[in-house]
Formats: sequence, structure tokens, C-alpha cells
Amino acid sequence: METQQITYREALNQALAEEMERDPLVFLMGEEVGAYNGAYKVSQGLLDRFGPMRVLDTPIAENGFTGLAVGAAMTGLRPVVEFMSFNFALVAMDQIVSNAAKTLYMSGGQFPLPMVMRGPGGPAARVAAQHSNSLESIFAYFPGLIVVAPSTPADAKGLLKSAIRSPGPVMMIENEILYGVSGAVPLGDHTVPIGKADVKKTGRDVTIVAHGRMSYMVLAAAGVFAREGIDIELVDPRTIKPLDIETIAASVRKTHRVVIVEEGHRFCGVGAEIADQIYSTCFDDLDAPIVRITHTENPLPYARNLEAASLPNVDQVVLAAKGVLYRA
Amino acid sequence: MASLLRMPSLSPTMESGVISGWRKQPGEHIDVGEVLAEIETDKAVMEWEMADEGYIRQLLVEPGQEVRVGTPIAVLGDSADEDISTLLAQARTGGAAARPDSAPARADGAPARPDSAPARADGAPARPDSAPAASTPPAPTPAAAAPAAPAQPAATSSRPPTTAAAHPAPVAPSRNGERVKISPYGRKLAVQRGLDWRALTGSGPGGRIVAHDVETAATAGTGAPAPGAAPGADFEDLPLNMMRKAIARKMTESKQTVPHFQATRKVRMERMLAAREALRQDYPDLKVTVNDLLIKVCAAALRLHPVVNSQFLGDRIRRFHAVDIAVAVSTDDGLITPVLRAADQKGLRRIAEEVRALAQKARERKLTPEEYQGGTFTLSNLGMFGVTEFNAIINTPQACILAVSAVVKEPVVEGDGLAVGQTMNLTLSSDHRVVDGVAAAQFLDTLARLIQNPVALLL
Amino acid sequence: MALSAARASGDTEPEVAQGVLTRDRLTPRQKRVVDELGRERLVAMYRQMVLIRAFEQRSEQMYQQRKIGGFLHLYMGQEALGVGAISALRRDDYVSTSYRDHGIALALGMDPKACMAELFGKVTGVSRGKGGSMHFYSKEHHLLGGHGIVGGQTPVGLGAAFRAKYMRTDQVSLIFLGDGAVAQGTFHESLNIASLWHLPALFIIENNQYGMGTAVDRALSVHDLTLKAPGYNMPGVKVDGMNLLDCYAVISEAVNERRKSPAPILIEAKTYRYRGHSISDPATYRKKEEVEAYQRVDPILQVKRLLAELGWLDEAASKELDRDARAEVSAAVEFADASPEPDPSELAQHVYAQ
Repeated sequence: METQQITYREALNQALAEEMERDPLVFLMGEEVGAYNGAYKVSQGLLDRFGPMRVLDTPIAENGFTGLAVGAAMTGLRPVVEFMSFNFALVAMDQIVSNAAKTLYMSGGQFPLPMVMRGPGGPAARVAAQHSNSLESIFAYFPGLIVVAPSTPADAKGLLKSAIRSPGPVMMIENEILYGVSGAVPLGDHTVPIGKADVKKTGRDVTIVAHGRMSYMVLAAAGVFAREGIDIELVDPRTIKPLDIETIAASVRKTHRVVIVEEGHRFCGVGAEIADQIYSTCFDDLDAPIVRITHTENPLPYARNLEAASLPNVDQVVLAAKGVLYRA
Repeated sequence: MASLLRMPSLSPTMESGVISGWRKQPGEHIDVGEVLAEIETDKAVMEWEMADEGYIRQLLVEPGQEVRVGTPIAVLGDSADEDISTLLAQARTGGAAARPDSAPARADGAPARPDSAPARADGAPARPDSAPAASTPPAPTPAAAAPAAPAQPAATSSRPPTTAAAHPAPVAPSRNGERVKISPYGRKLAVQRGLDWRALTGSGPGGRIVAHDVETAATAGTGAPAPGAAPGADFEDLPLNMMRKAIARKMTESKQTVPHFQATRKVRMERMLAAREALRQDYPDLKVTVNDLLIKVCAAALRLHPVVNSQFLGDRIRRFHAVDIAVAVSTDDGLITPVLRAADQKGLRRIAEEVRALAQKARERKLTPEEYQGGTFTLSNLGMFGVTEFNAIINTPQACILAVSAVVKEPVVEGDGLAVGQTMNLTLSSDHRVVDGVAAAQFLDTLARLIQNPVALLL
Repeated sequence: MALSAARASGDTEPEVAQGVLTRDRLTPRQKRVVDELGRERLVAMYRQMVLIRAFEQRSEQMYQQRKIGGFLHLYMGQEALGVGAISALRRDDYVSTSYRDHGIALALGMDPKACMAELFGKVTGVSRGKGGSMHFYSKEHHLLGGHGIVGGQTPVGLGAAFRAKYMRTDQVSLIFLGDGAVAQGTFHESLNIASLWHLPALFIIENNQYGMGTAVDRALSVHDLTLKAPGYNMPGVKVDGMNLLDCYAVISEAVNERRKSPAPILIEAKTYRYRGHSISDPATYRKKEEVEAYQRVDPILQVKRLLAELGWLDEAASKELDRDARAEVSAAVEFADASPEPDPSELAQHVYAQ
């Protein structure tokens, strides 16, 4: 298959451009997405190409413009809402939860909402507590919302296209640190199905479940594991909800050990749900309890050392892997 | 048409109300929106406005009287003079004033919750048609009109029946009084290998037995059940391995559920033994036992007597076309019956080879499920131990099992004189639901003919 | 602007509770409306008001009989605004409102049977029994809810106006919100965006003067809510929400302007609700005399008197119209009673779109 080597950011840009080209009902709105070409340049060039009616700079009014997107989706359009960072989506929680998640149900099926809400989430680089939330589990909590989290350029392009085409609503949580990462992306109309995990690396010793930047981190550290004599299998859920437990379970049945790595907090984090589903489906295949590596129990501090100590790192994952192999 | 006006629910938590005062008297007309009465609720005194217009025909409740929500409190008529006696009768039978101590008793005895919808005993909100207050004039049965009627019958059980009796509580395995811990996968592996994992030492935290420990034990062969003998005791308890457990279960089930009967036939073995000897001389490398010969004979006989090659399935009898003979093999752990498939289509050489291979595998405990499951008939031979007759227990769900005993030299009658003969007893245990006495006898007869004249196998 | 011209011509918007609709004292604007609508339409609008009143009264009664549960917010007293405004719309325009949505739904022409069934929680309800009183939606009638969170509808209705602009149609979007919702951030955000993007949105404040139990002068720092409009660079217009003709006049004018030139407008309609905020609110924060004062200028009575004076609906016809409306509501209750609850399998339906 023919591929192109592009960054995660470019992959998103391509997805947006291709979908907006393909379907005139798709439009992009958010803060600085137009004239500024996007705070992280994801929407570079789109205003020039598609004009101000399809690439809309919004005032700083997340609840307002998310509600507007809901109304637009209810009446037949296909909005893509960009949250400059997903932390700002908290301001729009009422429109996301009360309306985006529930309108289809409350209306007895009359109003599907083909809308996508996307943006970078999770800790970045020393941007401190208010700008570093991982909100996957908050959104996944509500029935009605689909939550995806791509970790590679190929997954980013593929999932964004699928999200835009889906009957929605979809929350797509990207990662700012990954925007500059390059990877191979298939040419042409490349889509990735929602609800399908991906085994990023096969192995025999232990299953590592990680999404977003954590998946990238573990994959990049494959050599470290190898030196320790641990043959990891990395399963990237890609879609948080609906979770592809089948792929994860197949891996667990092979390795009998699981380490879940996430940037979010421990209590009610995504890993708690994944662990619960693994215990329910693969209890007899586990040789050790599931170990979770998560953000520590504190808001993220600014100081470099404290921030590093709050977040998962490769050494912790290696230690955990050894633990479940009873080699520690 | 006249209708009964009932004490309304003016707040979600209101259970009963008191009429503070009537604003209209019998005979007066009332319009939509006019206030009929002041009602004191649990929260406040509120004015009750009419949704309909009409004539107040009768007031059923005195001011100051506390009345449950839904109780009839007045009669509203279209006209000033129509007959309302039936309505009044209904109101009397159904509309008892509140007893001061009564919260409607729930089936489980707990007091009713004071929430907005009348609670069902299982806590789910009531459906509108179960509400004590009906919106239309009540049917003239007291039960329907009584506001204190209990929630609908379906809700009388507030909890599902306890399951404690359904499953015996699992007993945590213990060693020397302490609970033995093993990982779920470790346990699965141990079961697969037939190891008693309680005998293993765990290398995991807290002594947890992990997969590695099981695998090590399996390859080292140290997984045999460890007897737990307390020193000085005059008995020892042997833990049951999986095979013993299975035998116990199957044999009990067979004896308890299948109506066994036995039929015995003594046969002369001279010709069969001679035939075997002849084969051995001409084919020295061919190792054929009497058992192998008997398998061949049974296979042929089963073809001729399909009733014996059947199974009782409750509402029908399944007659097998295939002849798969299970051969009882004794191992260190117990009895197992590997199956020789399509025995009727295999020659003696092949039968001998396969049975030998299966027996070997059985002793090494390497049989696969396909090799020991199924079978339409079983052959069990205790002859090598000198047993002269025995009754075997049917290997359910099969219909029959043939018990073969030792070849014995003993006096026999030939013609009218005595001679020395070599005899063997065949005892057929049969499931009488499938095989009657005559069928068993006829099968045994065929077996006897074939054994006593092996050349007949060529027929 | 046409409206400021109207103001200049002496056609002043009356203060609340002053308007008495009699034939002899019709303002020029009201006369225009009477002529424009004609007998048939005006009687039809009157009937809608009567139907709404009857429906709400019956709903109240049904709630008291526990056939309706949860929250119930009644529209009694506000009929002139709902009917007047919606009569000015085309079928393809959009409407969004708060939880006080029964009157709006009926004014849009939604079936009273299906509305009552929704209140009863039956599968034949407008939202298949899954929404309830606060969540009436209709794809057919372009009702975008029915919102439980105060002010939640404001940006959603704006999204429909955006759609009209995006698709280059001349549709408009009516967004009903209460005086309480004016304090919400969504008000500020929506008006700002509407004005910035020139969206054809009509923000209609149904100022019934109480946000739940708090009088508007205790919740908002200005009392004249139209003062907020220039803060968003849009026109602000007052209308007597108890006066059917005025409501129709102001809103149809605003609608027609917006079809030609998309832009938002803020309309403050002073109105009154005869009942508490919701069914469990005894409304002790209001004086009885106040309620009675408004009831004396009841919007329905006003139109009834006018129609009689015009010779368009005499006493007998009026009584029959009342009975007819009541019968329609009774039939709705029967239908709701007889309808089944949703099948348990519907629990898991419509969580995700297929």
C-alpha cells in the first residue's frame, strides 16, 4: 500500500480538508481556527480554501458555540467543533451532556446529531493544572457519546474521517505533543473504523493497553523492554467508547498478564473500566492482577520535576511488566 | 353525567389532606377555574381550582377531616337534579377516610415511602394505572376504589428468592488450615494438566501459585496428589484427582439413573485361542490379544444387533450407524475408556495397533478429548486378573457394556460325557429402557457363535 | 428599521396589563392585524389559545391524579404570546423553547393526543415517552425541544438560525427563553454570536416576571430587558405578551424583516403565568391580588370579547368552541390512558444513532 510520511497535525488537516471537500454540509468552527490557521495549526489553509462560511472563528464562548453546533446538527448540518484544548470543553459541559449526548434519546430518536468535537487533551508541556486534564472517562461516562483517541498520524486521519462520517456525536481527543510526530499514512481515502483497537506491537509476555500519548510512549520504548527480556504486546484501543474488548481479551488470553497505562487519574479513569472488562471476560486467563499506571492523585504541578513525577514513564511500565511476570 | 371529585395531590409528597373550608355548597354551580375548597396539605394551605364546570351535588367530607389523596370528597353533576345515588354508594364503599396510623402496608412490611409516585414494593415507580386514585369513576368493587389497597400483586416480593440453597457454598481449598492461593490462569493450567495444585508451592506474592509453578510441576511430574497424612493418625485422606472425581460422578449417575440388568453367557474359547495361535505362527510380528479378537467379534455382532448400539435420549432412542467401541484401560489414576472408532471397518491388525496405542496414551495421560469421548459400546476385560465373572456398570449414555472374564480350564459337557474345556464368561449389562432381555440374549448368542466359530466372521 | 418607524408613528407598545382589546380602542397596528388575519384565521388562533388553556388545566388535574409524574410547567396565562408568535411563522421555520413547552407545541400544531401521551409517559407520545413534559421534540414541526436546563435552548435555537444562513434559505429561528434564562451565560454568548454572524434568530424573552420564585427585579440588574439589545448591537423590542394581536404584529414584522436580511432581534414580551413555576410550586412569592389582576385581563377573554364585538364569534359559537376544545383534550386523555408504555426493548434504543 502506498503511504505518505506526514505529521499527526498534517493528517488531521488532510482529514478535515478531504471531508469538507466531499460533503458541503461539513463545517469547522472554533477559536482561532480560521484567520489564525488554528492555535496548533491543525486547520492551516482551510479558511483560504473553503471560505468564512465553512471555517468559522468563534468568540470565546464554548458553551454557546457548542450549543450552536448542536442546533446546527439537529437541523441537518455536520459541524466539527474544535476545542482549542479539551480543558475548555468543561465550560461546554451542559451542552455536551444535556444536549449532545441525550437529544437523540430524549426526542425518541427524532434528532441524531452528526457532530464531532475535537481538540488536544491531556497534559502537554508544563502548562499546569487547568490546562492538563484528561477527560476521556468523563465523556465516556455518558451513554450517547462516542469517544476516540488516536495515537498515530494514520489513526488520527482515519478516525477523524470516520468520526465526521458517523451519525455522531463523537468526541475526538488528540494530543498536542503528538501533533509533531511523523508516521506513515496510507494515501487515498484512508479511514479507521470506530470501535476497533489496534495491536501496535505483537508479543508474548505481557499485554500493555495504552492509548494516545501513552501508546506512543510505550511503542517508542520497545527497545527498553526488549533489553529487559520482556516481549510486550501493545494494544491501543484507539476508541475509548465503544471499547473493543475482543481485541484486548484475545491478547490477554495469549499473555496472561496486563499493564494498563494512562495519563488520566486513577479513580474512575479509563483504565478502571478496561480492567473491569478484562476481569469479566478473561478471569481465568490472568496469572496476575492487572496493574495500572496512571497520573498521580494531585492536580498537575508546574515545576518540571513534579510534573514528571506525576505522569507515567517508561521505567514504571517496565517495573510493572516485570511485576506481573513475577520477575521483579 | 355526575362524577366523584377526589382529594387531589397538590404536592409530590402529599399523602393526605384536610379540607379547611368549602367555598361552594350543594346546589351551587361552579365554573372552570373557580375555587371549590381550601385544602391543607403537608406543605401549605392551597386553593383547589376546578378543571370542570358543573353543579356541586354533595360534599362528602367535613372541614377538618383528614382524608387520603384519591378519596372521594364531593360529587359534581352536570345538572342540579340528576340521580347520584349509585355514585354515593360507590363513594361510601371505596372512600374510607384515612386511619391515623395507616401508611399503606407494603408486602414486605416496610412502611411506604412518602415519595411522589406510590412506591411498588420493589421500589420502582408505580405505573399510572396502579395509582390508588382513578381518574374515571371507579368500578363498583371496593378493591379498585380503596386508596389503601396494596401495590399490585406482582410487586409483593421485594427481593428475588435467595439463591443460597441453589448452590452449595464453595469451600476454599486449604492446606494445613491455611488458604491456598493460585492465580486464575494457574488454576486453569493445573486442571488441564490434571495436577492437584494444592500440593504445589507458590512462588508468587503471599505464596500464590502461579502459572510458572504449575508448568514446572507438570514437566517435573511432581503434580501427583499429595496425601495429607497427619503423623500418628490411623487413616489417611487421599484427595480426589480429576479422573477419580469423574469416575465417581459417572458411575453414581449410571447406577442411579439407568435400569441395569445383566445376562451371562459362557462360551468355549478353544477355537478362538487356536485361531490366535495360528496367526501368531504365521505372523510373528503381529501382536494380537484375545481382547483384540473380542473387539472384532463385538463389532460384527453390533452390526447385526443395532438395538445394542443405541442410546436412550429421554424422548427417543438413538440408533448409531457407527460402531465405536470403547475399551476399558486401567491407569494409575483410574479407569479410562479410549474409543476405537469405526471398529466394524477395521481389520484385526489395525484394531490391535490402535488399541495398543490408545492404551499407551491412556497410561501416559495424553489422550485427547476426541479419543476418550463418545463411543457406542464398551468392552471391559478383567480376565487377566483371574476374575471369572463380573457385572460392569454401563458407561452412560451407552446402552450396554460387556464384561469379559478369564479363560478357565474346567470340566465341560460334550454330548453326554465330560471333557476338559476352556471357557470364558461374558456378562452383558444392558439399559432396559433400550434393550430388553431377549435382545440381550440374542446379542450374547451372536457373540457366542462368533467366538466359538471365528471363521463365521468372514460371513 | 421598520419598527422604530412604527414607534415614531405613535403606535406605542402598551405596558403590561393595560391592554383591553375592544373593537373601539384598537390601535392602528392591531387594526391592521385584524384585517390581515380575517375572521377565519383569528378564530382559529383563538381556538388554539382555548385549546392550550384547556390542555394545561387538564394536565394539572392529571398530575394531581398521579397520571403525570416528575416536573410539570404550565403555560396558562401565556397563550397570547405562544400563539401570536408561532402564527407568524412558516412551517419550515424553527422553534426552540424551555421546559414550559406544551403551549408552544400545541401552537405549532402538534397533536394534543401525542402531547398528552408524552406527559403520561406512553410510547405514542411525541418523544415516544422518553422525554416527558420538559422534552417535547418534533422533527416534523421543527420543534427543537423542550429543554430542562434553564437557557440550554438558547444556543441550540441559534444553531438552527445558523443553518438557515449556511444553507442560504430565508428560514428564521424563534428562541423562547424566560426572564430567568437571561441571567445564564448562554444568553450572553448566543446574542453575541448571533449579532456577530448576522443570524436570523428571534430571541423572545417570555418575561413572566418570575424565575421560579425570584422576581425578575431580584435576578437581573436592569428591569427593561430590551436595554440589553444594544449591548449586542441588535434591535430590542417590547411587546405586551398578554395581547394576541400585538404579539402577532410585532413578531410577524420581525420575522418578515429577517427573511429579507438575516440579523437577530431581542423581543421582550411581558406576560404572566397563572400557576407557580411548576406544579409543586405554591407560588407564595406572589400576591393573590397580582394574579387576579392579570386574570382580569386574561388574554383569552380579551380575544373572546373582541371576536364577539366584531361579530365573528357569538356566545353560542364561543361556548361550542370551548366544548369542542375540551372534548379534544378529553379525547387526548383517553388516548393517553389507552396507549401502552414503551416496550422494555426501547430502553436501549436511540442511545446511539445508527
